[in-house]
Amino acid sequence: MSVLLQNQGYADERLRVVTKRLPCREAQASTLLALMGEPEQHSYPSIFIYGHTATGKSHVTQTLLRELELPHAVVSCVECVSSGLLFEQVLLAFFSSSLTLPRSPCLSDFVRLYRQLCAQLPATQTRYIVLDRAELLRDMDANLLPGFLRLQELVEDNVTVILLSEIVWDKFRPNTGCFEPLLLHFPNYSKAELQEILAQDSHPSYSPELYSSYINILLGVFYSVCRDLRELRHLAALNFPKFCEPLETGEAKEKDTHKLWRNIEPHLKRAMQTVYLRDVSSVQWEQQQQTEERETGGLKGLSAHDHVELPYYSKFLLIAAYLASYNPARTDRRFFLKHHGKIKKTNFMKKHEKTSNHLLGPKPFPLDRLLAIFYSVVDSRVAPTASVFSQISSLVTLQLLSQVSHDDQLDAPKYKCAVSLDFIRAIARTVSFDIVRYLYDFL
Amino acid sequence: MRHSLEPGARRTRGVPGCTAIIIRKRSQNLNCLHVFPLQEWKSLEILAHIKTRKQAAVTMSKRKAKDSHLTVGDCVSQAQRLLRDRFCRQQLPAGPAGVEPQHKHLLELLRRTAVHGESNSVLIVGPRGAGKTMLLNCVLKELLEDSEVKKNVLLVQLNGLLQTDDRVALKEITRQLQLENVVGDKVFGSFAENLAFLLEALKKGDRSSSRPVLFILDEFDLFAHHKNQTLLYNLFDISQSAQTPVAVVGLTCRLDVLELLEKRVKSRFSHRQIHLLSPLGFERYLHCVRQQLSLPPDVPERRFSQEWNASVEALCEDKMAEAALKKHFNSSKDFRSLHMLLMLALSRVTVSNPTIRPADLLEASRLCTADAKANIVHGLSILELCLIIAMKHLNDIYDGEPFNFQMVHNEFKKFIQRKSHSVHNFEKPVVIKAFEHLQQLELIRSVDGSSATKTQKEYQLMKLLLGHGQIMEALQKYPQCPTDVKQWAVSSFG
Repeated sequence: MSVLLQNQGYADERLRVVTKRLPCREAQASTLLALMGEPEQHSYPSIFIYGHTATGKSHVTQTLLRELELPHAVVSCVECVSSGLLFEQVLLAFFSSSLTLPRSPCLSDFVRLYRQLCAQLPATQTRYIVLDRAELLRDMDANLLPGFLRLQELVEDNVTVILLSEIVWDKFRPNTGCFEPLLLHFPNYSKAELQEILAQDSHPSYSPELYSSYINILLGVFYSVCRDLRELRHLAALNFPKFCEPLETGEAKEKDTHKLWRNIEPHLKRAMQTVYLRDVSSVQWEQQQQTEERETGGLKGLSAHDHVELPYYSKFLLIAAYLASYNPARTDRRFFLKHHGKIKKTNFMKKHEKTSNHLLGPKPFPLDRLLAIFYSVVDSRVAPTASVFSQISSLVTLQLLSQVSHDDQLDAPKYKCAVSLDFIRAIARTVSFDIVRYLYDFL
Repeated sequence: MRHSLEPGARRTRGVPGCTAIIIRKRSQNLNCLHVFPLQEWKSLEILAHIKTRKQAAVTMSKRKAKDSHLTVGDCVSQAQRLLRDRFCRQQLPAGPAGVEPQHKHLLELLRRTAVHGESNSVLIVGPRGAGKTMLLNCVLKELLEDSEVKKNVLLVQLNGLLQTDDRVALKEITRQLQLENVVGDKVFGSFAENLAFLLEALKKGDRSSSRPVLFILDEFDLFAHHKNQTLLYNLFDISQSAQTPVAVVGLTCRLDVLELLEKRVKSRFSHRQIHLLSPLGFERYLHCVRQQLSLPPDVPERRFSQEWNASVEALCEDKMAEAALKKHFNSSKDFRSLHMLLMLALSRVTVSNPTIRPADLLEASRLCTADAKANIVHGLSILELCLIIAMKHLNDIYDGEPFNFQMVHNEFKKFIQRKSHSVHNFEKPVVIKAFEHLQQLELIRSVDGSSATKTQKEYQLMKLLLGHGQIMEALQKYPQCPTDVKQWAVSSFG
């Protein structure tokens, strides 16, 4: 399974250590190492490594560079709000220089300083600049990415720029083209590989086999949704105590895999709804697990659903807005008028088989229509006072409604409802209003 | 015709007395001469450095060959070093292969500036990797071999990627002409004064007695985006009036570069263009491959290099390898991409595999031509893949109209209810998370960026950035794809 990395320029002992640190990434590591070559040799000006999150891009590159003690600078582009920070980190890592960059430096300054320092401290080995999350470089100065790609030529030094990203190279290429980097792909870990890696952090007080079977169950639930190693590891660590519960109380032995599975499976499914979506924090989840036996009530997460408290009329305003957004205006007569004259029965009942508004999204509506619907749904008589209008604008502030028209249209502002069906159902339930009966899509 | 004032008159003007002397070769003022030592061309130094290193390697290997045999490992690493220098550093070839007429033209032009003091401007136009810089560097190398010229000519190299505006460019010019000590930030602060000073200095000279200046503008098209094109205007203006002899050489990959120039700039340009559109045939290409890969007879060792060259020969004869090269040739002829291919092949050469084999080249070509998007699709989870298939169906039904999450989810739910055995129903938020992941990977893109903040994320209009064929192809190779998902993708209606 584990093929030892080979390279002339490095001691075998060191390569063995590196191989050990990079489980299941032997092929990628050896390709990268072969491209880098021996430390004194020249390397390709720029290498672009892409692959999904947590496929070991940064890990492999950094481990190689660190363990083989090559001169390198690792910069995460997320941290670099300005290009100056980026330049500073690179220069500091290579030359640990006290020579300061000018204020808000441009690429030209960087290259000039680099050349100056490089003349004092010429490279004996290839220098590597690793730019993590390189997709963010696109949002910085337009000349930065093409500049870094051909940095070797610009500074005339033995330097290689390694870009790491999860977005394909095609999305990076500038309009007039640029120096093309070498492309390397890091594929995902396969299911077996994930199993192997996750099984490594087994709990000391249980046998590795037990942990491995636990990982198997976990992957069975989550693998079809998530292949992110980091996320899976988090979920595994969080749910393991629950898995071991029957063992501790003595209800089951390590061999009763079926029993253990039945115990944990619903639990994992619930974790998918909460932990995976980050609806609850890890601490909350652990607390819930402890108190679960006593309280059978539903999980209260971080989501807005369960926390929004609105004034009585605001609720009705929101309901009215929802109805106005999702019902066609021509159906208002039929929903809200008690005596709606004589309409042909057939026409009345017939619903056009069109794509429903719940697929297309909310439509804008004028203020008049909102108020008209509001008066007909609210059960008491409300005067159109300033309080009602101010409630509308506070709904806009809460971003439950959004104003579509420009602010300068004071006479007939238009709005859109910006809440989901589930949300409005929960709201309607609190004022015992059956909203589904009034929705055209659900007739 | 404007002639500069007499030296004596100049000195009496008081302001930095050396303004015009800077570029005077026969100045009487000895004090000023040592202020401006010869501009050393850095890449030339490096060239010389390479040369000596190479010679050192040659002599070393010769000596060693006499004394003892090198191990295979040493041979491989020396061969690697040599070839890597060739592929990665863009080392200059011995002669300009395939562009001899252009080479002659450019050399003649620059020589006229350097020797006779004629001003000129020229653009070298060609696609990326066509060898523009190589051509120019070859010409400069040859030009500067003449010690008379080397002593005389000043060289200013600018790059559109580095000098992003005229202020930075001006600073760089002063620096490269080694005038900082004269200009200094204290004497002249503002851009205008700086420019005026430089212009004055350049204008003061006349064509018979001034040192010629070569301006090299790499990525020329980017200079055209500078405000008012001040730099270009002034450079071209000097180049077409009888002032200090300058040659302005622009390198660009844009064929329409003249359209970018303002009228007043355009009219000052000589409209001399050198095009590098190489009509390289496959035979020549193959020859280049052979040339690029082969080792000189005595490096690193006679026996190794013979074996190596034989293997290169065998490689070029091999049918499969030739097909791979042909494929590469058909997609792009330029040297850069060839170097990339050869570099990948070269990286597979190790001690246990000391020669280059056809299999190495095939593997390299496979790496080069891999479809990156398909690779990314292969790494998606089943749920994300299902969403992509749903989008594909929506695209088929509505003829490429944009869609929103709600529609995709609806499509996905229909599939779950009707046909699915292997995929379970997922909560809507889980599906949204998967959808957002696709957006993060830029496999889908929101249609209107600006109004995106106003609408709910479920109803934001999206476009799929994968083609129908791409999806089907990726699906074929998707590891362990459930059959029902595959069938759903093939079926014509969702």
